[in-house]
Amino acid sequence: MSKLEALTGNAAVANAMRQINPDVVAAYPITPQTSTVQTFSEFVADGLVDTEFVTVESEHSAMSACVGASAAGARVMTATSANGLALMWEIVYIAASNRCPIVMSLVNRALSAPINIHCDHSDVMGMRDSGWIILMSENGQEAYDSMVQAVRIGEHPDVLLPVAVCQDGFITSHALERVELLEDEEVQDFIGTYAPQWSLLDLDNPKTYGPLDFYDYYYEHKRQQVEAMENAHGVIAEIADEFGKKFGRSYGYLEEYRMDDADVVVVAANSTAGTARTAVDDLRDEGLKVGLLKLRVFRPFPAKELAEALSSAEAIAVLDRSISFGSMDNSGPLFTELAAALALQGVNVPIADYVYGLGGRDIAPGEIERVYRETLEMAETGESRGVTYLGVRE
Amino acid sequence: MSELKGWKEIPIGGMILDAGNSVEYDTGDWRAFRPVFGEAECINCFQCWLNCPDSSILVDTEKEEMVGFDLKHCKGCGICASVCPVNAKVKKKAEDELEKDEASLCIRIIEEGKLQEAGYE
Repeated sequence: MSKLEALTGNAAVANAMRQINPDVVAAYPITPQTSTVQTFSEFVADGLVDTEFVTVESEHSAMSACVGASAAGARVMTATSANGLALMWEIVYIAASNRCPIVMSLVNRALSAPINIHCDHSDVMGMRDSGWIILMSENGQEAYDSMVQAVRIGEHPDVLLPVAVCQDGFITSHALERVELLEDEEVQDFIGTYAPQWSLLDLDNPKTYGPLDFYDYYYEHKRQQVEAMENAHGVIAEIADEFGKKFGRSYGYLEEYRMDDADVVVVAANSTAGTARTAVDDLRDEGLKVGLLKLRVFRPFPAKELAEALSSAEAIAVLDRSISFGSMDNSGPLFTELAAALALQGVNVPIADYVYGLGGRDIAPGEIERVYRETLEMAETGESRGVTYLGVRE
Repeated sequence: MSELKGWKEIPIGGMILDAGNSVEYDTGDWRAFRPVFGEAECINCFQCWLNCPDSSILVDTEKEEMVGFDLKHCKGCGICASVCPVNAKVKKKAEDELEKDEASLCIRIIEEGKLQEAGYE
């Protein structure tokens, strides 16, 4: 039986790591991730896990140690945020390209400069082309559940890719919320034992990871990564289904909230989806037909599922917690990708982008209500609008 | 190089699963300079064999003699010539006598295109 606890998002993830009991964790402290690994290091000191905990001198070294350990056949985890992720950059790509199923808790924080420790999604959006699977979490419960599922997703023989599980810095990572923890044995039974196919420690079958690869084969190895990412699409659904059946909490690529007869839909990810639910409820009380579409899987991008879910909407607004500078209309990455997906899937619905909450700027239900009201107007005019920088002072 | 394989036929992530296959890679193709024997007699100290980064110094293990260069794999880096103590001795002597003759070294490093000019091949 599972047990209810009041936990911060970071504590929930640290507990997932304790129950997963990875072979190796290498991490470096960075706000707002720090308390995850701090809590986990207490579990290590208390002997509650068998993990080899590697205290490194930087995030570049953290991810490097993770790649080495993963190539050796270990089950490996790490955690980071913003500038820490940026310092990992080179090895983030190498982890995916070497097909190391590392699981990372990524506590989203704004990238410098100016230096800022609070939430936005500029960190994760920078790794969107790196070959990692990326899962988003509305709250600590989802981050916890996705960490457990991430182990299975990454290690699946048809996938073998690293997985990042995101949650919003401070908003989720430091807020105490109700979290239902699984029993330790339930987690262990669910994730099973990792049986690496190509371990460097398999001395009878010596092998090389990460050798030179020129114009004759590099391209083929990138094509293999595409295949793995396509396979991940199905595997994510299978594992979410198994998790739902066993533990009663269902996950998919998306979550629809009051979408059935919704005229306008807001698409959001991470904690803002929670805020948007309140706005949806308030507006529904007024008789307005509004709904919310929460994105859980950002990579692989569920283009078809999004298009299908949005095909009957009359207008769509995207909430982007980062800016893709210099992109079409200087909008957010979620918007540009969703707009392209809808166009290619033949869904011709007016769409607008709202950038919000950069550097941890609060987003209140009232602001999301404004987004809904403007989107209802857009449904009347039938014309897409460009980007709006919600909540910025003129 | 054998026929190039498709993406479904090769190990993922660029992994090399058969050990010791670097010998199949003819790194000698990269070479712009070539090591050759000069006039000074080799003393079989094996410093070149020890320092060669491409294991391209050929040795007769029974006779315990350095016998030549594996030009399929030698990249022409010149480390063999620079660590050669006979070369050092010849150069020192040349310095003292204000003369320098490349040909009198033990191991010479010559541009691939100038081998004939230097009297090789």
